[in-house]
Amino acid sequence: MASVMLDFVAGTPAASPNAASVIFDLSTQPLRRLNQFLHHELAEGNVQVRVTNPDGAHSIAVGVDAPIDIEIEGHAGYYAAGMNKQARITVHGNAGPAVGENMMSGRVHVKGFASVAAGASGQGGLLVIDGDASLRCGISMKGVDIVVAGSVGDFSAFMAQEGRLVICGDAGDALGDSLYEAVIYIRGSIKSLGADAHEEPMTDGDYAAVAELLVAAGMGHDAKDFRRVASMRSLYHWNADANQEY
Amino acid sequence: MCGIVGLLVKNPELRGQLGELMLPMLIGMSERGPESAGLAVFTEAVRAGRRKFSVYSGSAAVDWAAFTQEAIGELGAGTGVAVQANHAVLETAAPAAQVKAWLTARYPRHHLLSVGQSIDLYKDTGTPGEVAARYGFSGLQGSHLVGHTRMATETAVTPERAHPFTAGEDFCLVHNGSLSNPYSVRRKLEPLGIEFETDNDTEAACRFLEWRMREGDSLAAALEKGFDVLDGFYTFLMGTRDELALVRDAFSCKPAIVAETNEYVAISSEFRSLAKLPDVKNAHIFEPKPEQIYSWRA
Repeated sequence: MASVMLDFVAGTPAASPNAASVIFDLSTQPLRRLNQFLHHELAEGNVQVRVTNPDGAHSIAVGVDAPIDIEIEGHAGYYAAGMNKQARITVHGNAGPAVGENMMSGRVHVKGFASVAAGASGQGGLLVIDGDASLRCGISMKGVDIVVAGSVGDFSAFMAQEGRLVICGDAGDALGDSLYEAVIYIRGSIKSLGADAHEEPMTDGDYAAVAELLVAAGMGHDAKDFRRVASMRSLYHWNADANQEY
Repeated sequence: MCGIVGLLVKNPELRGQLGELMLPMLIGMSERGPESAGLAVFTEAVRAGRRKFSVYSGSAAVDWAAFTQEAIGELGAGTGVAVQANHAVLETAAPAAQVKAWLTARYPRHHLLSVGQSIDLYKDTGTPGEVAARYGFSGLQGSHLVGHTRMATETAVTPERAHPFTAGEDFCLVHNGSLSNPYSVRRKLEPLGIEFETDNDTEAACRFLEWRMREGDSLAAALEKGFDVLDGFYTFLMGTRDELALVRDAFSCKPAIVAETNEYVAISSEFRSLAKLPDVKNAHIFEPKPEQIYSWRA
C-alpha cells in the first residue's frame, strides 16, 4: 500500500487521491486537520487511515461516515470514534471517556481498556473492548452491540433502551439499572443488579445471539456460559404506592 | 473542570529532575484548568526542629530583603528566606506559632500557603504555563509533588482559592470536582477551633482529612471516613511528607489515570498529560476505581 505523509497547509487538499493508505501524525498535525480530512476529503480508493502519536487527544476520528479502516496507534482521549457511521476504527491502546458514544454503525475496537461511558447512547454497529470497561458502559444504549472481554464498572447499561451488552468478565454495582429493552449477557459475577433488572432464562435465540456476537468480536468463549439480564418492566408505569422505593 | 497531576519518583537519582519531568504534565492539563495553577513539592525534610513556611505576597510589591532582615531579627539568626517572584520559602527553627504571629502582625496581607518540614507550595492565577514560569517549576527538586490546574466552578478565581490547599503540616490536597456539602462539613469543624481561610469547597475536604489525621487516623482511615462524610464529585490527590494518595468518589465522573514504571508513579486527569513522560509506552497504565484508596510511598 502506498503511504503519504500529510503536510498541514490550511485549506489545501491533503492526500493524493490514489493513496490507499494515509498517515496522520498527531504530534505534528492538528486533530482538526485529521477530522476535516475524514469528513470531506476522502478520495475514492482511500481504504485505510493511520493515526500515529494520538497521545490521548480528544475526539479522534469522530463523525466519520465512510467504509474505511482507521487505525489509532496509541491511547485515545475523550470521545474517540464518536458518532461513527460505517468505519472500522481500532484503538491500539486505551480509550478515554465515551469511546464510540452515539455510534450509528460500523465497528469500533479498543485493544486496551475503555474509560467511563463506553458506547454511551450508541444507536448501531459493534463496539468491542478487549480490556475492562469502566463505569456506565453502555449507558442509554439505543441499539448498539457492545462486547467487553474484561469486566465492566458500576451502573453499566443504565437506562439502556435497545441493543445487546455482552460482558465476558464481571459487572460492578447496579448493573442494568432502569433498563428498557436492551439485553445484557454476562459470563462472570454481578456485584449487584440495578433497580428493575433481573436475570431471566436463556432461550435458544439468546444463545445464538451471544455466539454470533462473540464470533464478531473475535472472542472464544462458549455462549453456554452466559446468563441473561433484562428489564422487569416494573418501572414502565408510575406506581404511586411504591413511594419512590424500587 | 480542573486538572490534577501527581508525580512520585521511585529512583532517588531522579529527584533532581522532578520539576522537569512534571512540567509537560501540568502544561498538558492547561485546557482543563486555564485560570490558575499550583503545586506542592515535597523535598528532603529540613533538620529536626526546623520548618519551612511558604509565603505568598499577592500583587503587593515587597521588599524581600527587608522581610528577610526582619525575619532573622525576629525569628533567630538561623532563619533563611528563599524568594521566587512574589512567593518566599522561609526556613526557621522558631516555633510555628511564633512565625504565624509575626507574619500576622507584620505582614497581614501575606498569605501563608504551607507549613512543614518537607513541603514547599506555590499557587497563583494565570495559565499553567505562566504560573510554572513565574515560579520556576521546571527546576523544582524533591521526591514527589501534587499539582493542579483550575477552571473554577465553586468560588472566585483568586490565588488563595487556587489549589493545592493545605492544613496542618506537610499535608496538601488538590481536587477535581465539586462538593455538595462543604458548608455542613465546615460547620462541624469550626466549633472544634478549626479556622477556614476561604469559602472554597475543597478547603473543607482538606481540613476534614487533616483533622482526622490529627485525631490519630492514618490517611487511609481518614479517607474511609471521608467517603461517608464528603458528598459530591471528586478526584482527590493528596501529598504528605512520605506519601502520595489518590481517591475518586463512588460515581467517578471526574477522570484519573495512573502510569507506573520502576522509576516513577505519575497521576493525571488524562493520559494526554502523561504522554511525554519517559518510557510511558511501557508503563503499567490503569484507571483508579471508585472509593478505592491508592497510595504510594516516597
